This record gives sequence, C-alpha cells and structure tokens, in this order.
Amino acid sequence: MQLTMWTYEGPTHVGAMRIAASMNKLHYVLHAPQGDTYADLLFTMIERNAKRPPVTYTTFQARDLGADTAEIFKDACRNAVNRFQPQAVLVGASCTAELLQDDPSGLSKTLGLNIPAIPLDLPSYSRKENWAAAETFYQIARGFAGARKDEDFSERPQNLCNIIGPSSLGFRNRDDVTEIVRLLEGMGVDVNVVAPLGAEPSDIARLPDAAFNICLYPEVGDTTARYLEKTFGQKTIRTVPIGVGATKEFIREVADLAGVDAAPALESNQDRFSWYSRSIDSNYLTNKRVFIFGDATHAVAAARICSEELGFEVCGLGTYSREFARDIRVAAKKYGVEPLISDDHLEIEDAIIAAQPELVLGTQMERHVAKRLGLPCAVISAPVHVQDFPARYSPQMGFEGANVIFDSWVHPLMMGLEEHLLGMFREDFEFSDGATPSHLAADGGHSPSSAVNDDKPADERLKAAELEALSVVEIDETGTLRWTVDAEKELRKIPFFVRGKARRNTETYALDQGANPITLETLYDAKAHFGR
Amino acid sequence: MTGSIPKPFDAKTGELAGCATAPIIRERGQHEVFCGLTSIIWLHRKLQDAFFLIVGSRTCAHLMQSAAGVMIFAEPRFGTAIMEDRDLAGLADMNDELDKVVDRLLRRRPDIRMLVLVGSCPSEVIKLDLERAAQRLSGIHTPDTRVIAYSGSGIETTFTQGEDNFLTALVEQMPKEAADAPQSLIVAGALADVVEDQFMRLFAEMGIENVSFLPMRRSDELPNVGPNTKVILAQPYLGATAKMLEKRGAEILSAPFPLGEQGTTAWLKAAADAFGISAELFEKVTAKGRERAKAAVAAYHDTLGGKRLFFFPDSQLEPSLARFLYREAGCAILEVGTPFLHRIHSAPELVQLSESTVISEGQDVDIQLDRCRAGKPDLVVCGMGLGNPLEGEGQSTKWSIELVFSPIQGYEQAGDLAELFARPLRRREKLSVSLPSDDTRRAEIFTHEGAA
Repeated sequence: MQLTMWTYEGPTHVGAMRIAASMNKLHYVLHAPQGDTYADLLFTMIERNAKRPPVTYTTFQARDLGADTAEIFKDACRNAVNRFQPQAVLVGASCTAELLQDDPSGLSKTLGLNIPAIPLDLPSYSRKENWAAAETFYQIARGFAGARKDEDFSERPQNLCNIIGPSSLGFRNRDDVTEIVRLLEGMGVDVNVVAPLGAEPSDIARLPDAAFNICLYPEVGDTTARYLEKTFGQKTIRTVPIGVGATKEFIREVADLAGVDAAPALESNQDRFSWYSRSIDSNYLTNKRVFIFGDATHAVAAARICSEELGFEVCGLGTYSREFARDIRVAAKKYGVEPLISDDHLEIEDAIIAAQPELVLGTQMERHVAKRLGLPCAVISAPVHVQDFPARYSPQMGFEGANVIFDSWVHPLMMGLEEHLLGMFREDFEFSDGATPSHLAADGGHSPSSAVNDDKPADERLKAAELEALSVVEIDETGTLRWTVDAEKELRKIPFFVRGKARRNTETYALDQGANPITLETLYDAKAHFGR
Repeated sequence: MTGSIPKPFDAKTGELAGCATAPIIRERGQHEVFCGLTSIIWLHRKLQDAFFLIVGSRTCAHLMQSAAGVMIFAEPRFGTAIMEDRDLAGLADMNDELDKVVDRLLRRRPDIRMLVLVGSCPSEVIKLDLERAAQRLSGIHTPDTRVIAYSGSGIETTFTQGEDNFLTALVEQMPKEAADAPQSLIVAGALADVVEDQFMRLFAEMGIENVSFLPMRRSDELPNVGPNTKVILAQPYLGATAKMLEKRGAEILSAPFPLGEQGTTAWLKAAADAFGISAELFEKVTAKGRERAKAAVAAYHDTLGGKRLFFFPDSQLEPSLARFLYREAGCAILEVGTPFLHRIHSAPELVQLSESTVISEGQDVDIQLDRCRAGKPDLVVCGMGLGNPLEGEGQSTKWSIELVFSPIQGYEQAGDLAELFARPLRRREKLSVSLPSDDTRRAEIFTHEGAA
C-alpha cells in the first residue's frame, strides 16, 4: 500500500485509452464502474478534443455484482460495435473489473463480432499508464501487422519509413509530427504510416511496407518498434530529434538508412537556436544551474541541450519513468549528478530545493513547485495540462522545435538581465531588496504551503537551505562558521541568482582555509579562487 | 409567493401530486458521471481539520487529481492509499499496511483532528472492512485524531452521494441530545461559508436559535441530535443522511431547496413554520432579500426567457435547478436528467415543473445524447466529459460541476445562479468566430495536420 497525494502517471486503462483516442475507427470497450468515466475529461478538457474518446464503459454497479456483470459487458460491447462501426475493438478491464475476473477477452469471443477484438491484459495493481500505452499499441501492431509476417518484403522502397509513438496526451506530439514529416519530405523520405496518432487499424496493417521505423517517443513506441524490427527486419531510428545536435544526428541517420543526401536538410537555415545561443547577449546564460525532471526521453534530451547547446550546468536530473531509468542513469553520470528515479513529487521538490537551481525544467508539477519557490521554469514533458496544448504551432522536435525551446527556456530567464541591473541599483532608495522579480508571478514565492516535511513554506525552506551552509557548518573545536557583518552586507549586494553559489563557494573556501569568521577579505579571496 | 405553489406531498396519505407522479425514464446504460469520491473536493475544504484518505487504486488517485486540478495545492488534505499487487495477493496484511500508511500520514500532518477513511470500488469489491479499521485506528489515535469511515465507491455512489454517505457517518457519531434539550435546527448539506452565514443571520433575525450546519467547519463541532432536533435539507442528495437523522429521532422538514427567490423563501418558510415564527416576522425578515433576489434574476429575463434547456445527470441538483429556471427565469425545460431521484425529497420540486418536461433517472449516455440532439436545446447542462464534444457540434453548454462548486443557494446568490446559465448564451451571441465548417477539418485541428 502506497500513500499518494499526486501521481505522474495514471492507471493502465488510461494508457490504453490514449492509444484508442489517438486512432480512428478503433473503439475501446472497458469493463469499469461508473466513476471511471472521469477519464473522458482528460481528452475533452485537457487536450480540448471536440470528440468524445472512443470508449464505452460498462459502468456496472454494486447491485450488478451479485447478478451478471459479464452479461453487462457483452451488451455494452455489442451496442458499441453497432453504434460506432469501428474496424476493431479493444477489450479490457479497469482496476475494479480486474478483481471481478469476468474475462472480457473470452466474453468478446463469444459475441460473434464481425470485426477483430483485441484483448488487453494490463495489470492495474502493478503497472502504470505509459507501460500500458506501449503494451496496447504493441498488441494492435501484433494483431494487424502480425498477420503479414510470412510475406516477402524484399522489394520495400528504401526511402519509405513509419513514424512510431506519437499519441494523444503526449507532450506537443501533434506539432512534432508535423515538423518531422515536413523535415522528412524535404529530404525525399516518404512517410508510410504515422501511428498511433491519426492512424486507423487498417493503417497498422501497412506498417511492414516501410523500410524502416522512426521511434519518436520510446515510452509509447519502443515495444512496437522492437517487435517490428524482429518480425519484419525493419531497422529503427532511435535518436530523438530534440535539440540542434540531436536533430542533425537524426538527419544523418535517416539519410543513411533511406539512401538520400543529408546535406540539404543539414544546411537549411531553419536553425535560429544556434545563433541565438552564440550571440553576445546569451553570455549571461553560462553555467546557469538547471534542474531537469520529466519522462526519460524529454529529460535526457533537455540535459543535452542545456549542457551542450545553451551552456547551462545540469544540477539535477531525474525521471518518473522507471522503465527508462537506465537512460537517465547514463546521462546523469555524464553530467556528474545523482540520477533521481522517483514518482514521489514531494521527494522531487526536496531535491529541487537542495540543488538550488536557477531554472527548473519539468512537468506541470515541477512548474508548480518552481512557482512556489519563485524560480523561473518551463515545462518539457507530460503529464500534460491544458496549457501544453497551445493554439500556436510549437513543436519540440526538429530545428523549429529547437527554436521554440530556446524561447521557452530562456525567456523565463531573460529578465534576469533586468534583475542584474536591479542588483546594481539595489542600494538606491527606490529599490527594495524584497521586491519580487518582475518576470515571476506576483505571488511567486509568497504563497503559503503547510506542505512539506518540516511544515515550513517552500520559499522559506529555500532561504533556509541557502542559509544552512552559512550558519550550521561545523568546524573543528570553534563551533559554527560565522560571517562578519561587513561580509554579510557585501554578500547581499550580489544578485540573488548567484548569491547562493557565492555563499557556498565562500564557505567551502573558508573551511579549507580555516578562516572563521568570514570577512570581506575571505569573500573576495574565495571569489578569486573559484572565479565564475 | 409560496401560496401559488402546488402542494407536492400529502404526508398523511403518502400521495404525490402533479409532475411528481409523472412517468420517469429510467436508464441502466453507460453512466457518464463522477463517483462519490469526487465530493471530497468540497468536503475537505469545508472541514478544515479533516483529512480524507481514500483506500483504493491508482485510478482513484488519478480521478481526484484530474477532477480537482489538485496541482494548485501544495499538499491537499486528501490522498490515496493505493492498493498494490502484494496487498491483493495476501502477501501483505491489508490492515497492517493501512495502519502504516495512517501512521505515516498523521506523523506528517499532526494538525489533522479527523481522519476519514473513504472506501472505493476496489476496496468494496474485496470487502475490506473500513469501519472496523476506523474503530481500530480510533483506538490508537484518540484523543488526537478521531477516525471514521464511509464509502465513496462508484459502484454504490455517484458524485454527491459521496457527501450523503459521509454525513451519514457523521450523524452516527453525533452525541445524543439531553431529554430537556431546547428545540434545535440542523441545516444538512454542504453550503459555502458565505451562504451559511447569510442563513444564520436570517434565522437569528427570526429568533430561531440553536442552529447548526452539517457538515460543520471543525471536526469538534458535531451537533447533538434527538427528538427536539429539526432538520432542513439544504441539498437534495441526502437520502441516507435524512434516514439516519430520523433514526436518531430528528424530524425532517419538507421543502423545495433554497435556489432562487421562491426556493429560498419556501425553504426558510418551512423552517420558520416548524419553529412557530409568525407570518409578519417572516415577511419582515425576508422582504429585503426577496426583493434583491427578484431584481437580480429579473436582469436575466432577456437572456434566459424562452430558452430551452436540457439537463444531463450530474449532482441530483437538476430538478431544483430546472424548477428555478422554469419558475423564475422563464426557461423551458426539455429534460431533467438526474443520477438518482429521491421521490420524497424531490417531490416539492417536481410538482412545480411543466408536465411536458421529461424526467430521467440514471443514464444511457449515447441514447440520451440522441434525445438531446433531437430536442435542439438552446443550452445543455452537462459534465466535463461531454462539454467540448457538444460545443464541437455547435451546441451551447454549461458545466454542471460549477453548480456544485459555486455558492448558488440563498437570496443573495440568486442572480449569480442565473448568471451561470446566461453566460454561455451571451458568449455565443458575442462571438463572431465560428466552428470549422465540417467534421473532417475539425478532426485535423484536433489531431495533427501531418501525413497519412
């Protein structure tokens, strides 16, 4: 039994719903009690879909339990097929129905449906949403493409590919697909099928016709990509084209497999990111401390962009996707941080506070944490929120995706320059040190939260964390490390976004040198020692 | 005036009058409604020192955060103890596990005075006895924290019925009033604090003393109950609570619910009559509020008058809302859907509806959508899952959930209540942007524009 206040991933049947809602002419008949219909609002409200997700719930009640819930399932299944006329149905159970053991799969077989019924076995009490989305997509691929496993595919055109993995409720998937299809077409690469988003079951049967697969979202597409690789000998491109470097690698790999020239795509002048990052005014971005958390794919990509393409310093990296923890561990090692594999949002909040970042890249939950702490932040990954389906075109992938990323990650910081000027004028009477930076929410850092471990508001804990290094560091017999009033005053003249670092460096230096109390001299000696 | 309202229910013969006896469509198909757990969203805010711990699955946790948009809270006063494989397989003793979770929770939140264990679909199906667990845990954590239990499971409750079960559990805990206790009044059903305060002032001006509200704001303010207690229901979904209050000796007053000027007046009158308040005093105390309410609703006659409405089932408030819109705002009501119809409690509302209004209980959502489309209403009141799909068909809609979360009861809120229905209609008139012309185009917008 696990105590949960908030969760990054929904239950398994929601994963299956995401696949059903991604596709056309496919219907999901879900054995579930009435409350489970809440999941419709994920699609109609968060994703703002104008159609109901293609799901029929049996909505059995307590009084049905003694009678015949199996019969209710059969009726619902029959009615759904008649009303919606899908090419196929997915049949499965939600957590409660799983306990009833009515066997939706066996029941659907007795109905004599004239369309395929794909049974889903998605253990609700041990697995979660993303795993189930991947498993559902795989079962559909096995059902529809699998029938063609004995055909001869030696004549496949070399430049024909599938795009695997984009799905409903995925982070910016809609625009990523548009961007990548445009990129591929420009290279002379043809797209056979995009799936699951926008595909119908008959399209899934056409998957084996392509020469290779591009797996854009491993969380949803990897299981299927592996299956297609094994069964139909289709190679998989696994480089996820998020960021300039990754996009270029992606282009080269695609060109290689498709037998086309990579040069025109590489030399296209759609990449503004690189120049923006090289330009003089981006100098102040150097070594900004950034904390990254999300699904593994987006988190790993973000870490690479931050480190190699924006010149930030990665001060924290983690994911809630245990299935992909290995990728995060490898990346974390590269950037010299401890990998954080957790789906406890309070633990992640504590890690953010401890890392003292200047920018947080995360999910909607980390956005809320950052807001409370008064830290700049941007969202990089699902779980999604209505804001993650912007009206404007805003991909994350390809060159345009990189441009979008530059804006959305740097703009929360951009006013940092203004903040710097504010710091210069701090001693002027017009300014007060307590003023909230203008680019942060009006209540940023001031909203109370009876929340966390030690019952202090998060912003106070941040300050406390900043102070901790100062006042609680023990040195030998002399006790506590102290600051002289002058040194403390001087420290306050340093802009807030580098103050924490200056404090830590100075104290580390003071401890090394055995300097106590810390004087003005110590402060500047330390500054010279560490540089910045 | 209340005099023009038909008498709904003859307590002596048990007969119902007018539309209250009209045939009702009963449907047992797909129910597109929330389960009772969802009522925790307002209950936990009402009871500021209580924590609601759902014993359930990942689905329960996900429902709560999706329906409540929980991310706005640092750490809400509700959570889910998620059952896992090892619990179900019997590898771990469920009660030991629950004790551990509760222990961890209470250590983390020492400010909690009442812990409420809430049963869910899976906990009901495996017959986990949470009442016994609550007794055991109460033994451990009293006097710091009282532990009670109720079921909010979707196999037994829809949406507001969760509150009904919770209040029933509270009534069981109520101290018995002394034999010589003075007459007291309990207002049952969660109301916004501002509404409670308004009612409290009106009762005080009439001279009705010893008024308490259920649920109360703090867990140690549980009112006494007994034969000298009269109860007026402020919400229509309290069948089980009323029954338990009656069992404990209280008398339930019959009245329409306090929505709109007429509803509020009739509701207050029922209480006033039970306490022997004179007609003159009642007139004097309510006159100003009634005038304000009438004037506020009159401002919406142009927008709402003659408009045709269709209600999908949601909170059981539907008959009362329909009555308000029909009697006070001049709307025509095509269908009143409700997840459950309490024949006696809703009778005072149903008799006031037009005979042409269809009443439906339960749901078969696809069939009801067919009826709705055929009726071509001006406004559809429906849940969050159906709102955008209907808007996508060109239909104006109103989220029913707002009617549960907003203060709408009483004189001073009558205008706000009308505004909730008028806004989507006025918006529709105001906008010059239209929907994409056909389904194909719309489908492209909502999926992707790319290949295939």
